[in-house]
Amino acid sequence: MSKFEFPTSIISRPVYGTLEPRDGSAHLMIADATGAQAILDVATPDMMAKAHIIYIPKGAEFGHRLRALNPAQYYEGPSYAAAEQRIAKAFGDAKMGLQVYLSGSEGVMGQAQHAAMQAGVPHTAIQTEHRGSTARRMQCVHCKGITEDVATDPFQCSHCGLHLFVRDHYSRRLAAYQGVNIDAEDPGNVPEAKGIYE
Amino acid sequence: MSGAQKIAVTVTAVVPLNDLVTRFEFRRTGGGLLPTFSGGAHTVVEMRDGDTPRMNPYSLMSDPMDQTSYAISVRRDDVGRGGSLFMHNNVAVGDEMVISNPVNLFSLDLRAKKQLFIAGGIGITPFLAQIKQMERLGGRWELHYTCRSEALGSYVDELTTQHPNEANVYYDDQDQRIDLKALLDGQPIGTHIYVCGPKGMIDWVRNTAAAEGWPREGIHYEEFLAPQSGKPFEVKLAISNKVIQVGEQESLLEAMERSGVDAPYLCRGGACGQCETRVIDYTGNFIHRDHWLDDAEHASGEKIMPCVSRFEGKTLVLDR
Repeated sequence: MSKFEFPTSIISRPVYGTLEPRDGSAHLMIADATGAQAILDVATPDMMAKAHIIYIPKGAEFGHRLRALNPAQYYEGPSYAAAEQRIAKAFGDAKMGLQVYLSGSEGVMGQAQHAAMQAGVPHTAIQTEHRGSTARRMQCVHCKGITEDVATDPFQCSHCGLHLFVRDHYSRRLAAYQGVNIDAEDPGNVPEAKGIYE
Repeated sequence: MSGAQKIAVTVTAVVPLNDLVTRFEFRRTGGGLLPTFSGGAHTVVEMRDGDTPRMNPYSLMSDPMDQTSYAISVRRDDVGRGGSLFMHNNVAVGDEMVISNPVNLFSLDLRAKKQLFIAGGIGITPFLAQIKQMERLGGRWELHYTCRSEALGSYVDELTTQHPNEANVYYDDQDQRIDLKALLDGQPIGTHIYVCGPKGMIDWVRNTAAAEGWPREGIHYEEFLAPQSGKPFEVKLAISNKVIQVGEQESLLEAMERSGVDAPYLCRGGACGQCETRVIDYTGNFIHRDHWLDDAEHASGEKIMPCVSRFEGKTLVLDR
């Protein structure tokens, strides 16, 4: 499957790589939807003997293939929120030497990166690979509400209803891009929504 | 004037600890408070050794929040260029000296969940300040400190009495060694390593941790290099329009300073990058000794760190 090439942007915008196997005492892999393919690509039997895979399918059908890798621990759940307690526990119990692999949508990778950073893993030591949806997790800078899976620019804040311009300004602390009111100067003058990368 | 801001100080104590190490304490000349610093910071001590000016960096080992005085511990190096010998033989209580404002190239990453300190010999000094900082912050830390022998174990008593659960001491002459692999195994996620000691120890810790899958961002090290003597050489300074001779016992940086050229510096030990200088032309070989430039930069012949590196050859023209 071809990977989406994000246009180059400001330094704040995360860039993603390609997962590669690394030596470590344990491997924690968190993926959603077609992010499973990146895990399938990188997995080796040695790695799987010490691996914990946390997978959020979102309708994709890779669960049985991930399970067939025979990881030491496997979890599948309906959403990041549902997996969050398990992710927190996995990081809380982790020891140095743990390698972190994230793949799939920006929203899930961003939230998992945040959890890893909270546990003390330097963000530069976390491997990421984007696969599938290019929709973003956006924070409204006005009401601070988070809108998940934003695919258009502008979009309407799901909390306060303001029309927001999709910025490339990203916050690792919030695991979200920033959305700024687009018609503040001229209320009602909202450009037509287009795909973010159109 | 290059370097960090200067402070005029008076020596208030000279305390020999053992055969090799002596502690020096300073207060601000004429009274007043010194700046606070952060654990791991060093100060550059200026010495007037007859006609030879010397400037050596030493880690501050006193409590970083104690603004009344600073303390450093100096290990005597009988075969060095003479800075530590000058401190041991010529500096006495009441002497007035000039030191630099604290500069930290070895600070704690306070995002860490636990700090793992590994010291070899006189490499203990930055940790003495960092431990005081961690105690004040209430953070988790652990020290593993190797000394040649009990007689040369600077500050061992203080550490093991005050921190019996955190301080671990190993004596070389009793064949005690840090079991590094076992020590790294099972450390909680978010642990950072700090290592200060001989180069061999720093390499051993960095390589072992990397092999165990530790991220390099969590491995901090400090090794001050003293400039080494070498064959004299001639340098043309293009901006200053001067041709200077670097003597056998002085560094290129010191030779520039002696010639009245205000060259930038901070650590004088090959670590901070402040003195990086562009090479305009050369015929000969560089003797690079710094930790700042990477291998490709060393090989390029485009840059030199005058604080510790030298040159052997016919011509060297610098952009200074």
